[in-house]
Amino acid sequence: MFDDFFIRALVAGLGVAIVTGPLGCFVIWRRLSYFGDTLSHSALLGVTLAYSMELNIALSVFIISSLIALTLIHLQKRTNLPGDALLGLLAHSSLAVGLVVIGFLTFIRFDIMGLLFGDILAVTVRDIFIIWVGGALILLVLKLIWKPLFASTVNYELAEAEGLNPDRAKAIFTILMAGIIAISIKMVGLLLITGMLIIPAAMARNISDSPQKMVVYSIIGGLLSVILGLFSSLEFNTSSGPSIIAAALFLFILSLFNIKQSIKLKN
Amino acid sequence: MNSDQNILVKLKDAGFKINDKWLVKGVSLQVEKGKIVTLIGPNGSGKSTTAKIALGIYKKIDGSVEKNTDKIGYVPQKISIDWTLPLRVYDFMLLTENLDEETINHALSLTGVTHLKNKNLGDLSGGEFQRVLLARAISKKPELLVLDEPVQGVDFTGEIALYELIKKISDELNCGILLISHDLHTVMSATDHVVCLNGHVCCSGSPIDVAKNNEYKALFGEQASQILSRYEHRHDHVHTSEGEIKKN
Repeated sequence: MFDDFFIRALVAGLGVAIVTGPLGCFVIWRRLSYFGDTLSHSALLGVTLAYSMELNIALSVFIISSLIALTLIHLQKRTNLPGDALLGLLAHSSLAVGLVVIGFLTFIRFDIMGLLFGDILAVTVRDIFIIWVGGALILLVLKLIWKPLFASTVNYELAEAEGLNPDRAKAIFTILMAGIIAISIKMVGLLLITGMLIIPAAMARNISDSPQKMVVYSIIGGLLSVILGLFSSLEFNTSSGPSIIAAALFLFILSLFNIKQSIKLKN
Repeated sequence: MNSDQNILVKLKDAGFKINDKWLVKGVSLQVEKGKIVTLIGPNGSGKSTTAKIALGIYKKIDGSVEKNTDKIGYVPQKISIDWTLPLRVYDFMLLTENLDEETINHALSLTGVTHLKNKNLGDLSGGEFQRVLLARAISKKPELLVLDEPVQGVDFTGEIALYELIKKISDELNCGILLISHDLHTVMSATDHVVCLNGHVCCSGSPIDVAKNNEYKALFGEQASQILSRYEHRHDHVHTSEGEIKKN
Protein backbone atom coordinates (compact mmCIF):
# COMPACT_ATOMS: atom_id res chain seq x y z
CA MET A 1 0.00 0.00 0.00
CA PHE A 2 2.88 2.35 0.89
CA ASP A 3 4.39 1.79 -2.56
CA ASP A 4 2.38 4.62 -3.94
CA PHE A 5 4.06 7.97 -3.21
CA PHE A 6 0.70 9.62 -2.87
CA ILE A 7 -0.53 7.23 -0.19
CA ARG A 8 2.76 7.72 1.65
CA ALA A 9 2.33 11.49 1.53
CA LEU A 10 -1.26 11.20 2.74
CA VAL A 11 -0.38 8.98 5.68
CA ALA A 12 2.53 11.24 6.62
CA GLY A 13 0.44 14.40 6.26
CA LEU A 14 -2.42 13.07 8.37
CA GLY A 15 0.07 12.11 11.07
CA VAL A 16 1.47 15.65 11.08
CA ALA A 17 -2.02 17.21 11.23
CA ILE A 18 -3.03 15.23 14.32
CA VAL A 19 -0.03 16.67 16.20
CA THR A 20 -0.11 20.23 14.85
CA GLY A 21 -3.78 20.51 15.88
CA PRO A 22 -3.33 20.70 19.66
CA LEU A 23 0.15 22.28 19.50
CA GLY A 24 -1.22 24.97 17.19
CA CYS A 25 -3.90 25.86 19.74
CA PHE A 26 -1.20 26.55 22.31
CA VAL A 27 0.77 28.54 19.72
CA ILE A 28 -2.26 30.80 19.30
CA TRP A 29 -3.18 30.95 22.97
CA ARG A 30 0.36 31.73 24.07
CA ARG A 31 1.03 34.09 21.13
CA LEU A 32 3.92 32.06 19.88
CA SER A 33 3.43 32.22 16.12
CA TYR A 34 6.64 34.17 15.61
CA PHE A 35 8.42 31.74 17.90
CA GLY A 36 7.35 28.89 15.61
CA ASP A 37 8.77 30.85 12.69
CA THR A 38 12.09 31.26 14.43
CA LEU A 39 12.36 27.56 15.16
CA SER A 40 11.52 26.57 11.61
CA HIS A 41 14.02 29.05 10.15
CA SER A 42 16.67 27.54 12.35
CA ALA A 43 15.68 24.16 10.95
CA LEU A 44 17.58 24.98 7.76
CA LEU A 45 20.77 24.96 9.79
CA GLY A 46 19.71 21.58 11.14
CA VAL A 47 19.17 20.21 7.65
CA THR A 48 22.55 21.38 6.39
CA LEU A 49 24.18 19.85 9.44
CA ALA A 50 22.39 16.59 8.75
CA TYR A 51 23.76 16.53 5.19
CA SER A 52 27.30 17.46 6.13
CA MET A 53 27.54 15.00 9.02
CA GLU A 54 25.30 12.34 7.50
CA LEU A 55 22.82 12.47 10.37
CA ASN A 56 19.10 11.78 10.24
CA ILE A 57 17.40 15.04 9.17
CA ALA A 58 14.62 14.90 11.78
CA LEU A 59 17.10 14.23 14.58
CA SER A 60 19.48 16.99 13.53
CA VAL A 61 16.65 19.53 13.07
CA PHE A 62 15.28 18.56 16.48
CA ILE A 63 18.65 19.14 18.14
CA ILE A 64 19.31 22.49 16.44
CA SER A 65 15.78 23.80 17.03
CA SER A 66 15.90 22.79 20.69
CA LEU A 67 19.25 24.55 21.07
CA ILE A 68 17.87 27.70 19.46
CA ALA A 69 14.81 27.57 21.73
CA LEU A 70 16.93 27.18 24.85
CA THR A 71 19.21 30.00 23.67
CA LEU A 72 16.13 32.17 23.33
CA ILE A 73 14.92 31.42 26.86
CA HIS A 74 18.43 32.17 28.13
CA LEU A 75 18.70 35.45 26.21
CA GLN A 76 15.28 36.55 27.42
CA LYS A 77 16.54 36.38 30.97
CA ARG A 78 19.95 37.94 30.27
CA THR A 79 19.29 40.91 27.99
CA ASN A 80 17.01 43.91 27.93
CA LEU A 81 15.96 43.34 24.33
CA PRO A 82 12.25 42.74 23.74
CA GLY A 83 11.15 39.20 22.88
CA ASP A 84 10.27 39.87 19.26
CA ALA A 85 13.68 41.44 18.57
CA LEU A 86 15.40 38.37 20.02
CA LEU A 87 13.20 36.10 17.92
CA GLY A 88 14.04 38.05 14.76
CA LEU A 89 17.69 38.00 15.64
CA LEU A 90 17.75 34.24 16.07
CA ALA A 91 15.46 33.48 13.12
CA HIS A 92 17.39 35.43 10.53
CA SER A 93 20.86 34.74 11.79
CA SER A 94 20.27 30.99 11.91
CA LEU A 95 18.68 31.12 8.44
CA ALA A 96 21.67 33.09 7.16
CA VAL A 97 24.20 30.77 8.76
CA GLY A 98 22.32 27.81 7.29
CA LEU A 99 22.49 29.29 3.80
CA VAL A 100 26.18 30.14 4.19
CA VAL A 101 26.92 26.56 5.25
CA ILE A 102 25.03 25.30 2.17
CA GLY A 103 27.39 27.43 0.09
CA PHE A 104 30.33 25.49 1.47
CA LEU A 105 28.73 22.11 0.81
CA THR A 106 29.29 22.24 -2.93
CA PHE A 107 29.60 18.46 -3.13
CA ILE A 108 25.94 17.98 -2.18
CA ARG A 109 23.04 18.86 -4.44
CA PHE A 110 20.29 20.50 -2.43
CA ASP A 111 16.67 20.65 -3.37
CA ILE A 112 16.19 24.09 -1.77
CA MET A 113 12.63 24.44 -3.02
CA GLY A 114 11.70 21.08 -1.52
CA LEU A 115 13.30 22.08 1.74
CA LEU A 116 11.49 25.41 1.92
CA PHE A 117 8.08 24.31 0.72
CA GLY A 118 7.87 20.57 1.26
CA ASP A 119 8.04 17.72 -1.20
CA ILE A 120 5.61 14.79 -1.33
CA LEU A 121 7.83 12.75 -3.60
CA ALA A 122 10.52 12.73 -0.94
CA VAL A 123 8.38 11.11 1.79
CA THR A 124 9.69 7.63 2.55
CA VAL A 125 8.32 4.81 4.70
CA ARG A 126 11.02 5.70 7.20
CA ASP A 127 9.68 9.27 7.36
CA ILE A 128 6.19 7.94 8.01
CA PHE A 129 7.58 5.89 10.86
CA ILE A 130 9.33 8.95 12.36
CA ILE A 131 6.20 11.08 12.00
CA TRP A 132 3.84 8.61 13.65
CA VAL A 133 6.14 7.46 16.45
CA GLY A 134 7.51 10.95 17.07
CA GLY A 135 4.02 12.41 16.85
CA ALA A 136 2.61 9.91 19.33
CA LEU A 137 5.43 10.77 21.72
CA ILE A 138 4.78 14.50 21.38
CA LEU A 139 1.06 14.04 22.04
CA LEU A 140 1.74 11.82 25.04
CA VAL A 141 4.06 14.40 26.62
CA LEU A 142 1.61 17.19 25.80
CA LYS A 143 -1.14 15.27 27.58
CA LEU A 144 1.11 14.87 30.63
CA ILE A 145 1.93 18.60 30.86
CA TRP A 146 -1.53 19.77 29.74
CA LYS A 147 -2.75 20.91 33.17
CA PRO A 148 0.23 23.10 34.17
CA LEU A 149 0.73 24.34 30.61
CA PHE A 150 -2.90 25.27 30.15
CA ALA A 151 -3.21 26.83 33.61
CA SER A 152 -0.12 28.97 33.06
CA THR A 153 -1.43 29.96 29.65
CA VAL A 154 -4.56 31.30 31.32
CA ASN A 155 -2.65 32.94 34.16
CA TYR A 156 0.99 32.37 35.04
CA GLU A 157 0.80 33.56 38.62
CA LEU A 158 -2.22 31.42 39.47
CA ALA A 159 -0.42 28.34 38.17
CA GLU A 160 2.77 29.23 40.02
CA ALA A 161 0.96 30.07 43.27
CA GLU A 162 -1.02 26.84 43.28
CA GLY A 163 2.08 24.74 42.76
CA LEU A 164 1.87 23.65 39.11
CA ASN A 165 5.44 24.55 38.13
CA PRO A 166 4.66 26.49 34.93
CA ASP A 167 8.31 27.15 34.04
CA ARG A 168 8.99 23.45 33.63
CA ALA A 169 5.86 23.01 31.51
CA LYS A 170 6.94 25.91 29.30
CA ALA A 171 10.42 24.47 28.76
CA ILE A 172 8.98 21.06 27.87
CA PHE A 173 6.50 22.67 25.48
CA THR A 174 9.37 24.46 23.76
CA ILE A 175 11.06 21.12 23.15
CA LEU A 176 7.78 19.72 21.77
CA MET A 177 7.67 22.60 19.29
CA ALA A 178 11.16 21.71 18.13
CA GLY A 179 9.94 18.13 17.81
CA ILE A 180 6.95 18.87 15.57
CA ILE A 181 9.09 21.03 13.31
CA ALA A 182 11.64 18.25 13.04
CA ILE A 183 9.11 15.61 12.01
CA SER A 184 7.04 17.74 9.67
CA ILE A 185 9.76 19.60 7.77
CA LYS A 186 9.79 17.18 4.83
CA MET A 187 6.02 17.36 4.41
CA VAL A 188 5.29 21.07 4.64
CA GLY A 189 8.70 22.65 4.27
CA LEU A 190 10.33 24.98 6.74
CA LEU A 191 8.70 28.19 5.55
CA LEU A 192 5.19 26.83 5.93
CA ILE A 193 5.27 24.77 9.13
CA THR A 194 4.06 27.71 11.18
CA GLY A 195 1.09 27.98 8.80
CA MET A 196 0.20 24.37 9.53
CA LEU A 197 0.34 25.15 13.24
CA ILE A 198 -1.61 28.40 13.18
CA ILE A 199 -4.22 28.29 10.42
CA PRO A 200 -6.24 25.19 11.44
CA ALA A 201 -6.13 26.37 15.09
CA ALA A 202 -7.26 29.86 14.05
CA MET A 203 -10.11 28.31 12.10
CA ALA A 204 -11.04 26.25 15.16
CA ARG A 205 -11.06 29.36 17.35
CA ASN A 206 -13.75 30.86 15.15
CA ILE A 207 -16.14 28.00 15.73
CA SER A 208 -15.50 26.82 19.30
CA ASP A 209 -16.49 27.99 22.77
CA SER A 210 -14.26 25.78 24.92
CA PRO A 211 -10.58 24.79 24.81
CA GLN A 212 -11.35 21.10 24.27
CA LYS A 213 -13.59 21.82 21.30
CA MET A 214 -10.96 24.08 19.81
CA VAL A 215 -8.36 21.30 19.97
CA VAL A 216 -10.70 18.80 18.33
CA TYR A 217 -11.77 21.19 15.55
CA SER A 218 -8.16 22.16 15.01
CA ILE A 219 -7.20 18.52 14.43
CA ILE A 220 -10.16 17.98 12.10
CA GLY A 221 -9.28 21.17 10.21
CA GLY A 222 -5.68 20.00 9.82
CA LEU A 223 -6.74 16.56 8.57
CA LEU A 224 -9.13 18.09 6.02
CA SER A 225 -6.44 20.53 4.88
CA VAL A 226 -4.00 17.69 4.25
CA ILE A 227 -6.53 15.64 2.29
CA LEU A 228 -7.79 18.61 0.31
CA GLY A 229 -4.32 20.01 -0.25
CA LEU A 230 -2.70 16.78 -1.36
CA PHE A 231 -5.47 15.85 -3.79
CA SER A 232 -5.37 19.27 -5.36
CA SER A 233 -1.57 19.20 -5.58
CA LEU A 234 -1.93 15.90 -7.47
CA GLU A 235 -4.61 17.39 -9.69
CA PHE A 236 -2.88 20.69 -10.47
CA ASN A 237 0.71 19.49 -10.12
CA THR A 238 1.54 22.04 -7.41
CA SER A 239 3.97 21.49 -4.54
CA SER A 240 2.53 19.75 -1.50
CA GLY A 241 3.28 22.20 1.30
CA PRO A 242 1.72 25.31 -0.23
CA SER A 243 -1.30 23.30 -1.41
CA ILE A 244 -1.97 22.05 2.14
CA ILE A 245 -1.63 25.55 3.58
CA ALA A 246 -3.87 27.00 0.86
CA ALA A 247 -6.50 24.38 1.71
CA ALA A 248 -6.22 25.35 5.38
CA LEU A 249 -6.70 28.99 4.42
CA PHE A 250 -9.81 27.99 2.46
CA LEU A 251 -11.25 26.31 5.57
CA PHE A 252 -10.36 29.34 7.67
CA ILE A 253 -12.30 31.60 5.31
CA LEU A 254 -15.29 29.26 5.53
CA SER A 255 -15.13 29.48 9.34
CA LEU A 256 -15.41 33.27 9.11
CA PHE A 257 -18.89 32.86 7.63
CA ASN A 258 -19.83 30.87 10.69
CA ILE A 259 -18.86 33.84 12.89
CA LYS A 260 -20.93 36.26 10.85
CA GLN A 261 -23.91 33.95 11.12
CA SER A 262 -23.63 33.54 14.87
CA ILE A 263 -23.26 37.30 15.33
CA LYS A 264 -26.40 37.77 13.25
CA LEU A 265 -28.24 35.19 15.34
CA LYS A 266 -27.26 36.99 18.52
CA ASN A 267 -28.72 40.29 17.33
CA MET B 1 5.25 22.63 69.45
CA ASN B 2 1.56 22.46 68.76
CA SER B 3 1.34 25.96 67.35
CA ASP B 4 4.29 25.23 65.05
CA GLN B 5 2.35 22.44 63.41
CA ASN B 6 -0.46 24.84 62.69
CA ILE B 7 1.73 27.27 60.78
CA LEU B 8 0.92 27.14 57.08
CA VAL B 9 3.26 29.83 55.87
CA LYS B 10 5.83 31.89 57.69
CA LEU B 11 7.71 34.89 56.38
CA LYS B 12 10.86 35.89 58.21
CA ASP B 13 12.32 39.29 57.46
CA ALA B 14 11.23 38.87 53.85
CA GLY B 15 11.77 41.50 51.17
CA PHE B 16 11.72 41.82 47.41
CA LYS B 17 13.34 44.33 45.08
CA ILE B 18 13.21 45.05 41.38
CA ASN B 19 16.14 46.95 39.86
CA ASP B 20 17.50 47.92 43.28
CA LYS B 21 14.17 49.37 44.34
CA TRP B 22 12.64 47.65 47.32
CA LEU B 23 8.95 46.92 46.84
CA VAL B 24 8.72 45.68 50.38
CA LYS B 25 11.28 44.95 53.05
CA GLY B 26 11.61 43.24 56.40
CA VAL B 27 8.21 41.58 56.59
CA SER B 28 7.68 38.91 59.19
CA LEU B 29 4.32 37.26 59.58
CA GLN B 30 2.74 33.86 59.81
CA VAL B 31 -0.60 32.37 58.85
CA GLU B 32 -1.95 29.55 60.95
CA LYS B 33 -4.74 27.06 60.38
CA GLY B 34 -8.17 28.57 60.96
CA LYS B 35 -6.80 32.10 61.35
CA ILE B 36 -7.34 35.15 59.17
CA VAL B 37 -4.40 37.50 58.76
CA THR B 38 -5.13 40.76 56.99
CA LEU B 39 -2.69 43.06 55.23
CA ILE B 40 -3.64 46.71 55.10
CA GLY B 41 -1.76 49.74 53.85
CA PRO B 42 -1.87 52.49 51.23
CA ASN B 43 -1.40 51.90 47.49
CA GLY B 44 2.10 50.77 46.65
CA SER B 45 2.85 49.74 50.21
CA GLY B 46 3.75 46.20 49.18
CA LYS B 47 0.61 44.25 50.09
CA SER B 48 0.36 42.27 46.85
CA THR B 49 4.12 41.83 46.79
CA THR B 50 4.02 40.34 50.27
CA ALA B 51 1.28 37.95 49.16
CA LYS B 52 3.35 36.90 46.15
CA ILE B 53 6.39 36.33 48.34
CA ALA B 54 4.28 34.10 50.59
CA LEU B 55 2.99 32.20 47.55
CA GLY B 56 6.45 31.66 46.10
CA ILE B 57 5.70 33.60 42.90
CA TYR B 58 8.67 35.83 43.64
CA LYS B 59 11.66 33.62 44.17
CA LYS B 60 14.69 35.89 44.45
CA ILE B 61 13.82 37.32 47.81
CA ASP B 62 15.53 38.54 50.91
CA GLY B 63 14.87 36.70 54.13
CA SER B 64 13.02 33.42 54.14
CA VAL B 65 9.64 31.86 53.43
CA GLU B 66 8.62 28.62 54.98
CA LYS B 67 5.58 27.01 53.37
CA ASN B 68 4.06 23.90 54.90
CA THR B 69 1.24 23.23 52.49
CA ASP B 70 0.71 22.63 48.78
CA LYS B 71 -3.06 23.01 48.90
CA ILE B 72 -3.34 26.67 48.07
CA GLY B 73 -6.16 28.74 46.63
CA TYR B 74 -5.23 32.13 45.22
CA VAL B 75 -7.35 35.09 44.13
CA PRO B 76 -4.97 37.57 42.51
CA GLN B 77 -5.63 41.30 42.55
CA LYS B 78 -5.26 41.73 38.83
CA ILE B 79 -5.84 38.97 36.38
CA SER B 80 -5.43 39.54 32.70
CA ILE B 81 -6.86 36.69 30.71
CA ASP B 82 -6.19 36.58 27.03
CA TRP B 83 -9.44 36.31 25.13
CA THR B 84 -7.83 34.36 22.32
CA LEU B 85 -8.74 31.52 24.64
CA PRO B 86 -12.29 30.23 24.48
CA LEU B 87 -12.88 29.65 28.17
CA ARG B 88 -16.12 29.02 30.00
CA VAL B 89 -16.57 29.45 33.75
CA TYR B 90 -16.77 25.66 33.94
CA ASP B 91 -13.36 25.23 32.25
CA PHE B 92 -11.89 27.89 34.52
CA MET B 93 -13.06 26.04 37.63
CA LEU B 94 -11.01 23.04 36.52
CA LEU B 95 -7.90 25.10 35.90
CA THR B 96 -5.55 23.78 38.56
CA GLU B 97 -7.41 20.83 40.00
CA ASN B 98 -9.71 18.09 38.71
CA LEU B 99 -13.03 18.54 40.46
CA ASP B 100 -16.30 16.69 40.11
CA GLU B 101 -19.49 18.34 38.91
CA GLU B 102 -21.00 18.50 42.38
CA THR B 103 -18.01 20.28 43.93
CA ILE B 104 -18.04 22.86 41.15
CA ASN B 105 -21.76 23.50 41.51
CA HIS B 106 -21.45 23.82 45.26
CA ALA B 107 -18.60 26.34 45.06
CA LEU B 108 -20.41 28.40 42.43
CA SER B 109 -23.59 28.43 44.51
CA LEU B 110 -21.66 29.62 47.59
CA THR B 111 -20.59 32.77 45.76
CA GLY B 112 -23.97 33.04 44.02
CA VAL B 113 -22.94 32.49 40.42
CA THR B 114 -24.30 29.03 39.54
CA HIS B 115 -26.19 30.52 36.59
CA LEU B 116 -22.94 31.61 34.96
CA LYS B 117 -21.45 28.12 34.75
CA ASN B 118 -21.62 27.78 30.98
CA LYS B 119 -20.96 31.41 30.17
CA ASN B 120 -17.81 32.56 28.48
CA LEU B 121 -15.39 34.08 30.97
CA GLY B 122 -14.92 37.10 28.74
CA ASP B 123 -18.63 37.97 28.91
CA LEU B 124 -18.74 38.40 32.69
CA SER B 125 -18.93 41.72 34.50
CA GLY B 126 -16.16 42.68 36.91
CA GLY B 127 -18.16 41.68 39.97
CA GLU B 128 -19.31 38.40 38.45
CA PHE B 129 -15.76 37.54 37.50
CA GLN B 130 -14.58 38.28 41.04
CA ARG B 131 -17.19 35.86 42.41
CA VAL B 132 -16.02 33.19 39.98
CA LEU B 133 -12.41 33.74 41.03
CA LEU B 134 -13.36 33.29 44.67
CA ALA B 135 -15.45 30.19 43.87
CA ARG B 136 -12.51 28.66 42.03
CA ALA B 137 -10.12 29.34 44.89
CA ILE B 138 -12.35 27.76 47.55
CA SER B 139 -13.60 24.85 45.43
CA LYS B 140 -10.41 22.86 45.84
CA LYS B 141 -10.74 23.00 49.64
CA PRO B 142 -7.37 24.62 50.20
CA GLU B 143 -5.44 24.68 53.45
CA LEU B 144 -4.23 28.17 52.68
CA LEU B 145 -6.27 30.85 50.94
CA VAL B 146 -4.57 33.98 49.68
CA LEU B 147 -7.14 36.61 48.75
CA ASP B 148 -5.89 39.83 47.19
CA GLU B 149 -8.82 42.25 47.34
CA PRO B 150 -11.31 39.47 46.66
CA VAL B 151 -14.44 41.61 46.54
CA GLN B 152 -13.33 44.46 44.27
CA GLY B 153 -16.14 45.47 41.95
CA VAL B 154 -18.74 43.50 43.88
CA ASP B 155 -21.89 45.41 44.85
CA PHE B 156 -22.30 46.54 48.45
CA THR B 157 -24.66 43.82 49.71
CA GLY B 158 -22.68 41.19 47.86
CA GLU B 159 -19.51 42.44 49.49
CA ILE B 160 -20.82 41.85 52.99
CA ALA B 161 -22.12 38.41 52.05
CA LEU B 162 -18.78 37.42 50.51
CA TYR B 163 -16.82 38.52 53.58
CA GLU B 164 -19.19 36.48 55.72
CA LEU B 165 -18.57 33.58 53.36
CA ILE B 166 -14.81 33.97 53.70
CA LYS B 167 -15.15 33.91 57.48
CA LYS B 168 -17.36 30.83 57.25
CA ILE B 169 -14.92 29.03 54.98
CA SER B 170 -12.06 29.70 57.34
CA ASP B 171 -14.08 28.08 60.14
CA GLU B 172 -15.45 25.16 58.12
CA LEU B 173 -12.29 24.14 56.32
CA ASN B 174 -10.05 25.23 59.19
CA CYS B 175 -7.87 26.86 56.57
CA GLY B 176 -5.62 29.83 57.06
CA ILE B 177 -6.40 32.99 55.13
CA LEU B 178 -4.07 35.76 54.08
CA LEU B 179 -6.39 38.60 53.13
CA ILE B 180 -5.65 41.92 51.51
CA SER B 181 -8.43 44.41 51.88
CA HIS B 182 -9.16 48.10 51.73
CA ASP B 183 -12.37 47.88 53.67
CA LEU B 184 -11.41 48.63 57.25
CA HIS B 185 -14.88 47.76 58.59
CA THR B 186 -14.73 44.20 57.38
CA VAL B 187 -11.06 43.85 58.15
CA MET B 188 -11.73 44.52 61.74
CA SER B 189 -14.80 42.33 62.09
CA ALA B 190 -13.34 39.13 60.69
CA THR B 191 -9.62 39.35 61.24
CA ASP B 192 -7.53 37.67 63.90
CA HIS B 193 -4.35 39.52 63.12
CA VAL B 194 -3.67 42.73 61.18
CA VAL B 195 -0.41 43.66 59.53
CA CYS B 196 -0.17 47.27 58.48
CA LEU B 197 2.30 47.76 55.66
CA ASN B 198 3.99 50.81 54.23
CA GLY B 199 7.00 49.40 52.41
CA HIS B 200 7.79 47.71 55.70
CA VAL B 201 5.67 46.49 58.61
CA CYS B 202 4.57 49.69 60.25
CA CYS B 203 2.60 47.94 62.96
CA SER B 204 0.85 44.67 63.55
CA GLY B 205 -1.29 42.92 66.10
CA SER B 206 -4.94 42.37 66.87
CA PRO B 207 -7.29 44.82 65.11
CA ILE B 208 -7.82 46.84 68.25
CA ASP B 209 -4.12 47.10 69.02
CA VAL B 210 -3.46 48.29 65.49
CA ALA B 211 -6.24 50.86 65.68
CA LYS B 212 -4.65 52.43 68.73
CA ASN B 213 -1.24 52.53 67.14
CA ASN B 214 0.06 56.01 66.36
CA GLU B 215 1.78 54.98 63.15
CA TYR B 216 -1.50 53.54 61.94
CA LYS B 217 -3.25 56.80 62.70
CA ALA B 218 -0.56 58.72 60.86
CA LEU B 219 -0.96 56.47 57.84
CA PHE B 220 -4.73 56.28 57.60
CA GLY B 221 -5.80 59.39 59.46
CA GLU B 222 -7.88 59.93 62.55
CA GLN B 223 -11.10 58.93 60.84
CA ALA B 224 -9.92 55.42 60.11
CA SER B 225 -9.04 55.06 63.71
CA GLN B 226 -12.56 56.07 64.66
CA ILE B 227 -14.04 53.43 62.40
CA LEU B 228 -12.21 50.89 64.46
CA SER B 229 -13.04 52.27 67.84
CA ARG B 230 -16.68 52.55 66.87
CA TYR B 231 -16.48 48.98 65.80
CA GLU B 232 -15.01 48.01 69.10
CA HIS B 233 -18.22 49.03 70.88
CA ARG B 234 -20.38 46.78 68.76
CA HIS B 235 -18.26 43.79 69.51
CA ASP B 236 -19.13 41.26 72.17
CA HIS B 237 -15.64 39.84 72.46
CA VAL B 238 -12.03 40.88 72.22
CA HIS B 239 -9.15 39.28 70.41
CA THR B 240 -6.14 38.83 72.62
CA SER B 241 -2.71 39.25 71.14
CA GLU B 242 -2.32 35.47 71.16
CA GLY B 243 -5.21 35.34 68.71
CA GLU B 244 -7.68 33.89 71.18
CA ILE B 245 -11.18 35.20 71.54
CA LYS B 246 -12.39 36.35 74.92
CA LYS B 247 -16.01 37.14 75.58
CA ASN B 248 -16.55 40.51 77.13
